[in-house]
Amino acid sequence: MSPHGCGLPSAERPVAPAPGELRLILRDRPLSLAEHIDQYGPLSAGQLEPKALIADVERSGLTGRGGGAFPASRKIRAVAQAGRGTVIVANGSESEPASSKDGVLLSHAPHLVLDGIAVCARAVGATRAYLSVGQGAASIAQFLTEAVAERNQFRLDEVPVEVITTAGGYLSGQENALVSALNGNAPLPTFVPPRPADRGVHRHPTLVLNVETLAHIALIARFGGGWFRTTGTPGAPGSALVTVTGAVDRPGVREIPLGTALGEVLQRSGLNQPAQAVLTGGYFGTWLPLPAALAVRVSDEGMRAAGAALGPGVLAVLPEGACGLAETARIASFLAAESAGQCGPCRNGLPALADALNWIALGRPGPDIVGWVQQLAELVTGRGACHLPDGTAGLVRSALTVFAADLRAHATAGPCEQSAGPPILPVPARSAQ
Amino acid sequence: MRDGRTSGAGQHQLSPGPRLLLNPIACDARGLCIELLPELISADPWGYPIIGPGPVPQQLLPLARRAVAACPTLALMLAGPAR
Repeated sequence: MSPHGCGLPSAERPVAPAPGELRLILRDRPLSLAEHIDQYGPLSAGQLEPKALIADVERSGLTGRGGGAFPASRKIRAVAQAGRGTVIVANGSESEPASSKDGVLLSHAPHLVLDGIAVCARAVGATRAYLSVGQGAASIAQFLTEAVAERNQFRLDEVPVEVITTAGGYLSGQENALVSALNGNAPLPTFVPPRPADRGVHRHPTLVLNVETLAHIALIARFGGGWFRTTGTPGAPGSALVTVTGAVDRPGVREIPLGTALGEVLQRSGLNQPAQAVLTGGYFGTWLPLPAALAVRVSDEGMRAAGAALGPGVLAVLPEGACGLAETARIASFLAAESAGQCGPCRNGLPALADALNWIALGRPGPDIVGWVQQLAELVTGRGACHLPDGTAGLVRSALTVFAADLRAHATAGPCEQSAGPPILPVPARSAQ
Repeated sequence: MRDGRTSGAGQHQLSPGPRLLLNPIACDARGLCIELLPELISADPWGYPIIGPGPVPQQLLPLARRAVAACPTLALMLAGPAR
């Protein structure tokens, strides 16, 4: 592995840290193995001791950074207790279109993630370890394979890590879809139970953790759970990677102490124009109104108090003048097209929801259609094998609330000029499934 | 679930009595359960079953078992403690 350059895509880089910004897991350039060990120190046998490690992760209060915000220690313990021959899967598929944090982390601090895999593999007694990246990330897969090979030269990992590329699609990064793909089946969500922790890859108990979660664990193993808590707030300890996009001068991936005010994060990202709302948590997230939400704390706890969720850490700023209804309609259409079509309510309900919302955004919506949208959102919620219908419904509901004034304007005067304008939030062309 | 609504999909809740659990991937909207147990199951606009919240009341358990047995795709299940 060459320490510099590495032929990685240059568009997705961490942004230069503003004063006071964190650099715990995020690096400004890719660290080679030698630089990594120089920076963080090697992992000692004591740091790999399973019981102590799980206790430290529990003490740290670390929650999953892939979007679920589930306590990491509980996931690890469940698999550790499930039996022998377990499997660990590091999830770096990052199929959320607005997020780039996992890609940036993997390309700049690969050995932190690989250390995290090594530590967790030991903790759960894994005999196989996988690191998954998305399909669009061919160069990252090559880069990571080389990083793994370099570690294997020095026998750093008891369980060699296999880098795998998952087929694209919004759902491919979903935990069960990933396990399904590793089992040689379609990369689609499956019915739960069984959970992967009970029966996952090739029927073995499987620990699936997001790559950022693993990077934090690599540091907790070295410095302890108490150290982790010195950043963030008591209710939301540690740091997190966020991807700031939309109407800011310095978009990109930042590492922030959890609990930082949304306004501070956006200001550091160069929010220099009037903005009307921010989409939090990703494409199946929640709109929050600006400037009202500037005081909201960026953490799962803080976001939940505001009726939103941190999810995988996406913060997408919608400028004044853009049409939030049209943006939401585009995203809803994307999500509807990404439905795996496995569950009837999602297969039927999401296209209906997207159609109705497009009518609202581009037509002249009467009260009936708004009621229909609300009814559809209610109808699809909780009725899929995965959370795609719930997420889409939540996004749409928040749009009807946050953009209520636009809704009234569209109803009386028809679509605004911006409705047909270029999108602020990127919606990828539909990926093949 | 975001709004706390009870769902058949993958939700295990600890409470007295068995609950109806639906595998939405296996469900093919054949509608037998809706015919057999309208007290607890209704149809959505596309004919897919909506399972009422909460555990199955004692007096409906025989009908619930019949609905489970009748499902041609084995999508409907009774899960949780038997009474």
